[in-house]
Amino acid sequence: MILRLSGLAALVALAELLPRLGVVSPDYLPPASGIAAALGREAATASFWTAVGDTLVAWAIGLAVAVTAGVAAGLLVGAVPVLRAWTASTIEFLRPIPSVALIPLAVLLYGTGLGSSLLLIVYAAFWQVLVQVLYGVADVDPVADETARSFRFSPWARVRHVLWPTALPYVFTGIRLAAAVALVLAVTAELVIGSPGLGAVIAVAQSSGAVPVMYAMIVVTGVLGVLINVGARLAERRFLAWHQSVRGEVAL
Amino acid sequence: MLEVIGLRKVYRTDRREVEALRELTFTVGAGELVCLVGPSGCGKTTLLRCIGGLLEPSGGTVRVDSAPVAGPPAGMAVVFQEYGRSLFPWMSVRDNVALPLRQKKLPRGRVNSLVGEALQAVGLEGTETAYPWQLSGGMQQRVAIARAVAYEPSILLMDEPFAAVDAQTRADLEDLVRSLWQRLGVTILFVTHDIDEAVYLGQRVIMLSASPTVIQDELTVDLPDKRNQLHTRADPRFTALRTHVYEQIQAAKIAAQPSPGPVR
Repeated sequence: MILRLSGLAALVALAELLPRLGVVSPDYLPPASGIAAALGREAATASFWTAVGDTLVAWAIGLAVAVTAGVAAGLLVGAVPVLRAWTASTIEFLRPIPSVALIPLAVLLYGTGLGSSLLLIVYAAFWQVLVQVLYGVADVDPVADETARSFRFSPWARVRHVLWPTALPYVFTGIRLAAAVALVLAVTAELVIGSPGLGAVIAVAQSSGAVPVMYAMIVVTGVLGVLINVGARLAERRFLAWHQSVRGEVAL
Repeated sequence: MLEVIGLRKVYRTDRREVEALRELTFTVGAGELVCLVGPSGCGKTTLLRCIGGLLEPSGGTVRVDSAPVAGPPAGMAVVFQEYGRSLFPWMSVRDNVALPLRQKKLPRGRVNSLVGEALQAVGLEGTETAYPWQLSGGMQQRVAIARAVAYEPSILLMDEPFAAVDAQTRADLEDLVRSLWQRLGVTILFVTHDIDEAVYLGQRVIMLSASPTVIQDELTVDLPDKRNQLHTRADPRFTALRTHVYEQIQAAKIAAQPSPGPVR
């Protein structure tokens, strides 16, 4: 932990020193203290918190929709072999389409509103979840499933007690990946389309020459990313305590 | 009572057919403990899965208490060899044992008392809140046995349940199966590749040929009902019986060698 923090401290020191020593122009990279000061000033304004709120709302709604749809579609497609075979090539075609390629479509449909951000976020995050759930469903142990069948579990009970717990670690991986991607797309949509949020603030700061503010906002998006990842990890530890990736040493 | 009549299983793939079970007919009477033993790869697991209703046979029928088996029959429980995969790692020991009972829609009080009794019967009191993976292999298989016992089956199928535990644990578990069988009056079909185990446990031993499988021989174990790891295994009658089974298994292996199974 100390080592990691000292690494971060070194990075901050470097960002302070490089512009001060004139290695890079302070016009393009203001010293870390300048960025921190700009961040402090911004944090005191209501508009900053509105922007953070806008970004997080778009992120949360988009992620929730993507996770719900991805889990539902993944369980359905994964559990029905015919559907799996039937949709495989479609999924492989649609999945690699970069979400940003849909920006013109989003603008066409929703203008610069929240809908545009959501379209991009949901599209990008959905595949992350879907693919993980498909892996998870395919990972069901045949012995566990035969055990459930031999005790005459209903089809629903087999989904509830065998398939779902098996898929859960994959679902969490999917959520963690989707949460990160959703933030990227939320900021991208705000930057490019101009829907309200941190991305829009970055774009405005850049075009008005407020370079320290621009950097401060970039730092904020980074902090949000870290917090989201930490939150997802904590949730994994909480809900997957039984899984070998979390449980650690086995006491025999 | 379990009846297996003319059971046949052929695995078909696009290119070839593999005849696993050719023709198997035998009966396990109510309350009997019968061991099935055969050379490795003789289709023991295929047979057990057909009996358990987990696999559709290609011909013949299996009847449990005169009702033909189509899908896992009520009143039957299976103990698998791979206890680590058969128990659910996301559930505590108590929930693992209780889950099949909840599926049977038993009242909560009944579930709790059955779980408690079953865990006590296998000597696992006090492990209720542990997860299976926190227990040793032998204890995990005890949990699986407790789960089967709590289900109150009339027939218990055991598929090489002790193949993956060490020799000392294995002896303890063999005695556990004998004592549970005597106490509960359950019918047990016990599949094993271990000749000594088959003779030690069973009232009867059915020997299987190599694949495609038929019944090679059948033997009544005329040892006293009260068995003991030390004295029973030292009994000359035990030695004679195990020699007989051993010879039959060897004969089955040799008979299988000239033709490596029909591949059409």
